[in-house]
Amino acid sequence: MTSLMNPPETAAGAKPPARFAEIPRWARLVLYLALGVGTMSLTRVLTGAGQLTAENTLRSAVYLALPIALAGLGGLWSERAGVVNIGLEGMMVLGTWFGAYGGIAYGPWQGVLMGVVGGAIGGLLHAIATVSFGVDHIISGVSINLLAVGFCEFLTSVSWDGASARESPSIPSNVTKVDLIPFLKGPLHDLAGQRRFFLSDLANAVLAVTTNVSLLIVVALALFPLTYFVLWKTPFGLRLRSVGEDPDAADSLGVNVYRMKYVAVMVSGALSGLAGVLLVYLFSSKFQSGQTGGRGFIGLAAMIFGNWRPGGLLVGAGLFGFMDSMQSQVTETSHALLVGAALMFVVTGLACAFRKLWVSAAVFFLLAAGAAWWYQVTDELPREIIPYFPHVTTLLVLVFASQRLRMPAADGKVWRRGGR
Amino acid sequence: MIRRITLALAAPVLAVAVATAVSALMLAFTDYSAAEVFKVIFTDGFSRTSLVDTVNRAAPYYIAGVAVAIGFKMNLFNIGVEGQYRLAALFAAAAAAAVKLPAPLHVLFTFLVAMAVGAAWASIPGLLRAYRGVSEVISSIMLNATALGVAAFFLGRWLRAPAEVEQTLGTRRISPSGQLPSLNGVLRAIGIDVPDATRVQSYVILAAVVGVIYYLVIWRSSYGFDLRATGSNAEAATASGVDAKRMVITAMLLSGAAAGLIGLNDIMSPAARYTDVTVVSGLGFTGIAIALLGRNNPVGIAFAALLWAFMDAVQTPLSNAELPKQITAIMQGITVLSVVIAYEVVRRVAARQELAGLRREVTAGGAAPPPADPPPSTGSGPEVAPA
Repeated sequence: MTSLMNPPETAAGAKPPARFAEIPRWARLVLYLALGVGTMSLTRVLTGAGQLTAENTLRSAVYLALPIALAGLGGLWSERAGVVNIGLEGMMVLGTWFGAYGGIAYGPWQGVLMGVVGGAIGGLLHAIATVSFGVDHIISGVSINLLAVGFCEFLTSVSWDGASARESPSIPSNVTKVDLIPFLKGPLHDLAGQRRFFLSDLANAVLAVTTNVSLLIVVALALFPLTYFVLWKTPFGLRLRSVGEDPDAADSLGVNVYRMKYVAVMVSGALSGLAGVLLVYLFSSKFQSGQTGGRGFIGLAAMIFGNWRPGGLLVGAGLFGFMDSMQSQVTETSHALLVGAALMFVVTGLACAFRKLWVSAAVFFLLAAGAAWWYQVTDELPREIIPYFPHVTTLLVLVFASQRLRMPAADGKVWRRGGR
Repeated sequence: MIRRITLALAAPVLAVAVATAVSALMLAFTDYSAAEVFKVIFTDGFSRTSLVDTVNRAAPYYIAGVAVAIGFKMNLFNIGVEGQYRLAALFAAAAAAAVKLPAPLHVLFTFLVAMAVGAAWASIPGLLRAYRGVSEVISSIMLNATALGVAAFFLGRWLRAPAEVEQTLGTRRISPSGQLPSLNGVLRAIGIDVPDATRVQSYVILAAVVGVIYYLVIWRSSYGFDLRATGSNAEAATASGVDAKRMVITAMLLSGAAAGLIGLNDIMSPAARYTDVTVVSGLGFTGIAIALLGRNNPVGIAFAALLWAFMDAVQTPLSNAELPKQITAIMQGITVLSVVIAYEVVRRVAARQELAGLRREVTAGGAAPPPADPPPSTGSGPEVAPA
């Protein structure tokens, strides 16, 4: 709902007051997450829509968010090295097929590995076209999307019974599910049952990501801090990002620009492949033609929303995943989102007022009033529109907050050594 | 001149050859015989029925290719054709079903509605690009998805035919006066025998008209000159007095108007209504591939559309022969990927030759030192066609 929520978080280029900027980035992330949980909690209390923050809802939100987040992370790796990757979708498709094939033929973890490799091959193809041959990044990405779909449908038809098959058989065994903190499970359940403001909702959120989770989710989540560490805290990461900002300068300092771009785009493909694997292992247990359903593009949207940073990307993907999970909820629950949106607008408006951005603050208060009014006069949020929330949000962010977004300076530019 | 044509043709021929080789290689890994597959492609693919199918499929592909190419000529990437034609088809179908007009007017009216809706949806990325600097690629990707939601919203709530009229979710049926006639009779009159089971859509004529208009507007009008000038060097064009914002917006409007026509074959043929099934999806992305393959050239796009449609149409005989029909989808994908690589290589070779020629001239004249490095290839964008 909150297209413009948390601008400081999603905007590295913003200039928050000095005191605020002194807070470490991770602490700000925690603050925003707490604010998010608080808002949802308040919404639940105000509307009585108990399902809004129930463990099941949150779990399905996490499940839906992770493929988006991983695809976005793939986009982040690639774009940080200056290669725009529209082919995320196609690489995800490759991940779903190879993941399912490996899962059927060899075993769950082998399947995961195969899916990752399948995605990486898609990335390699993109790197060959864009980095070595200097093909326009968008064109190469679109071609890879077309190719990947045809390729996987062909492989499906020759790998399993019948030439018209559009899906694989089910994978016989899945990745193990575990309780991460078994000793806290009981107390948290109790707390969740008490329906206290904030605490119960937080308990539900913690339960959703720690109990009965597939190890695959743990791996996927770990990739975000890992990416942050590798890209921002190691010399390798600095080199990789320098290639995305100013390849000529990086080249003159001895960085192998081509190699960096190749690595970045292949990692990007591998992560998208993993995103595809998640779709197979967490949802359908098999490859289905068209099961990615544009999630690669939503990943791209989450990356833009998150201002080309892992933390912001995760918040964006979480928001999008949460909205996605609202589709399968009763009308009452999704209707309550309007109240949530109104609250988010109020919070953002207050933040703007605090920074003396009076016009923005006024706009947000107006938006809040609009959302509240919408809640009052209707009984439902049009269900057809909910899935397209991420796209509209990203569009609004691009339109109204594009000054706050900062993409890598040389993103999308074809680079040839020596300018040839 | 001849060398340039050879260079231009070399790339697509090479790409098709690569695609054939790769798919043969892939078939070698399966239980199917590649020889058998290609035999079906080259014999049954050229049967009358299959050729009629090819032509019918090629027409919307052609228009899709033109819609994308209009953007390309101006260095704009209208990746949003997909959403534009879906919305246009929906609203055109609803509008056409709601009015009563004599046949030619009815058809014309439907065309106009479709073009207006397509242009309106395309104006959003155009305006955002012109006034807010938002990349039209990202915004139109987002708008593609949003278009699906908007279509579902309008269809589900306002535009759907009541359940007692139509069982499936869709608009009302368009009366015969608003449907496109079959061309079978005309073809028979001029001595081309068309099998009775097939139907040549008169939509093909629309595609041809769009192609002619595309040529006239882009290559034979002062507007088109400005558009191409902005496409090849925006700064120079601005310096010579072209209003860049206006060009961006009008190019997107034109592109969107063309895109609006893509889905009309599906709603104005005997199905005569919009449902999520009658209007096929994915033509927007196909259009990108076809524009690339045809290098934005009105004739080139026609060949590309026919090639693409041929590979689609041949899926039917392939699946009748119990062979993996998806092989042609791979061929399409590899063709487009290798063609863009080949064009890039050709462009670079041509540039190098030109430079070498210049160097020779200068050293032969013995006057000035050899020229500096060639102008850097600034991420030249989708524009790959020779000037």
